Amino acid sequence: MIVFDKVNKWFGAYHALVDVTETIAQGEVVVVCGPSGSGKSTLIRTINRLESIRSGHIRIEGEDIHRPGIDLNALRSRIGFVFQQFNLFPHLTALQNCVLAPVHLKRATPTEARERALALLDRVGLAHKAGALPTELSGGQQQRVAIARALAMQPRIMLFDEPTSALDPEMVGEVLAVMQGLARDGMTMVCVTHEMGFAREVASRVLFMDEGRVLERATPEAFFDNPQHPRARQFLADIRSPFARAA
Amino acid sequence: MPTFDFSLLLSGTVHDMLAAGLRLSLTLLGVTLPLALLLGVLVALARLAPLAPLRAAGWLFVESQRNVPLLAHMLFWYFGAPELLPDGAREWLYAHNAEAVAALVSLTLYYGAFMAEDVRSGIRAVPGVQLEAGRALGLGFLPAMRLVVLPQALRAAVPPLVSQTLNLWKDTSIATVIGVAELMYQAAKVEAATFRSFEAFTFATASYLAVSLLITALAAWHHRRHPPRAL
Amino acid sequence: MRFLEMVDTYWLFFLVGQYPDGPLGGLALTLVLAALGLLLALPAGLLLGLARVSPWRWLRWPVTAFVFVVRGTPLLMVVFWAYFFLPSITGHKTGQFSTMLIALVLFDGAQLAEIVRAGIQGLPRGQMESARSLGLPWLAAMRRVVLPQALQHMLPSLVNQFVTTIRETSLGYIIGLAEVSFIATQINTLVFIYPTQIYLILGLTYFVLCFGLSRLAFWLERRLARRAAPTPLPSTP
Repeated sequence: MIVFDKVNKWFGAYHALVDVTETIAQGEVVVVCGPSGSGKSTLIRTINRLESIRSGHIRIEGEDIHRPGIDLNALRSRIGFVFQQFNLFPHLTALQNCVLAPVHLKRATPTEARERALALLDRVGLAHKAGALPTELSGGQQQRVAIARALAMQPRIMLFDEPTSALDPEMVGEVLAVMQGLARDGMTMVCVTHEMGFAREVASRVLFMDEGRVLERATPEAFFDNPQHPRARQFLADIRSPFARAA
Repeated sequence: MPTFDFSLLLSGTVHDMLAAGLRLSLTLLGVTLPLALLLGVLVALARLAPLAPLRAAGWLFVESQRNVPLLAHMLFWYFGAPELLPDGAREWLYAHNAEAVAALVSLTLYYGAFMAEDVRSGIRAVPGVQLEAGRALGLGFLPAMRLVVLPQALRAAVPPLVSQTLNLWKDTSIATVIGVAELMYQAAKVEAATFRSFEAFTFATASYLAVSLLITALAAWHHRRHPPRAL
Repeated sequence: MRFLEMVDTYWLFFLVGQYPDGPLGGLALTLVLAALGLLLALPAGLLLGLARVSPWRWLRWPVTAFVFVVRGTPLLMVVFWAYFFLPSITGHKTGQFSTMLIALVLFDGAQLAEIVRAGIQGLPRGQMESARSLGLPWLAAMRRVVLPQALQHMLPSLVNQFVTTIRETSLGYIIGLAEVSFIATQINTLVFIYPTQIYLILGLTYFVLCFGLSRLAFWLERRLARRAAPTPLPSTP
């Protein structure tokens, strides 16, 4: 589904992604974890070209996403992206947020878009807030609307960039529950997250990154119980310190 | 297609007239800028002073300057204000370049008001605890302002003050109205005398742009040398 | 002539110039010129501002150069350029009103371009990113997501720009346009003995107008700030 082929990226002199080569199959739920600055967010943002790459290839469903002449907007409409800061459109209601893109891009008539949006808001538990503005919603609610908004485009892939990092602890669960539901329904997902409990429960595979490289790839059980790479071991030890949050 | 003769700009009467105009414009800028800045600091302090009448006076000054066009100010200071002077003073004034004096006064007061607002924002950007810390050391209000707050405030206020300086430079052109022979006036005179409006105006435009660029470059250099530092 | 006599004779002239026996002048002309100027400058400024932030270099660079040159030139210079060269460009003699209007639209358009640019760039980057991530093309994302928010934030700046435009109309004086400063000077020439009072009245007129409008801008800014930051909500079921 998603293929990284020797992908490299620099921010100026800083080598952010180093020869990344991975394949993510359809229906997989891949969690990317690692210390700050490891390149996890950069990696996920290259998938829908929010970040560019210097060399290598990224193929989605067989198509090289950097080939000249590609319809970038069509590509992005097939990929859902959920941001750490939610990024809901504050001048539109929850429903309007979900309906904007499908209607504008003519994927659905206004009526169809509305119906689908309401169904999705119901699925994330917020049908009763369809008419609310983002400023009237809590962080957890905003993020759930953001997920519904991304799903409204009926994407084949969902990307999550630290979706719960900006939330107060008591709201993290409601968002993770929605993501778990998506995984159970067979969505191909790539999540950058620090929520190790979620990784254990839901992920089919864990990628550990540090300094721009993928250092370890394993099933959640294998990764959490028996990490191979020394830096992965260090990372898990730091996360599990008495003062850390999850795991 | 009319022919353009730019050699006129290089030497001869036209060149001399325009060069003289440019010199006068630069003089206006050079004299007005420090005065306006000083006035701006004083008025900003007045607006933040603990005394209500002082604050009110500062506010009134700023609003009365900012809400009236510079042109109207110049007309007032040239045509209206001298009437208020005693005869002797008025005659002296008219004998000693009243136009330039009126231009200087109106530009200084007008830009003093705008700069006062930028300095005031700069002062307010400095955390209040800085003044408290200064006072806690035993400094009075004015010394604490001068030694602790103002240096930080002025550094923060440099970008908007640079904007105002650019505006001041451009507004020296309005002194034309009251007959000051600065660059604009001279360009118009050249036009009237030789009909070489294109060359004269190109020179004037290029001069304004060049000095604007210079001011912006100086400001950027200063910003790199003295970046505003916050904790 | 006594002072009150002067006021009585000339107040209408001050307000509307020679209208209806001639073209509109005085305070009315100042207001019409400012309103029309800003109204026409708004779409110009919007387009220029969008061009300034667009991803296409062939559009960005010429527009940036244009805005830079216009903003670095005194308005008076722009007025002179318009006055002396519009007739040769358009082929007919351009009236003072049209000349001043065109100069204002050009100059204020460039100023507004910068206000629009700052408004757009002041929004969090995430807004554009999330709109593009949904598959919306750049122009649609601008039109439906970024601009509605940016324009709302810019409203106080726009009212302030109107105040500035009112002040800018005074430059019509120099090309003989009968706006309120010019009329005041004409009255002064006729009456001769009350220059201080006349110019004080001129100043007061501008003051009332501009001060009133800037209070409006201030009130608008406060209302917008209140709307954007309502009390935060706790976690929910």
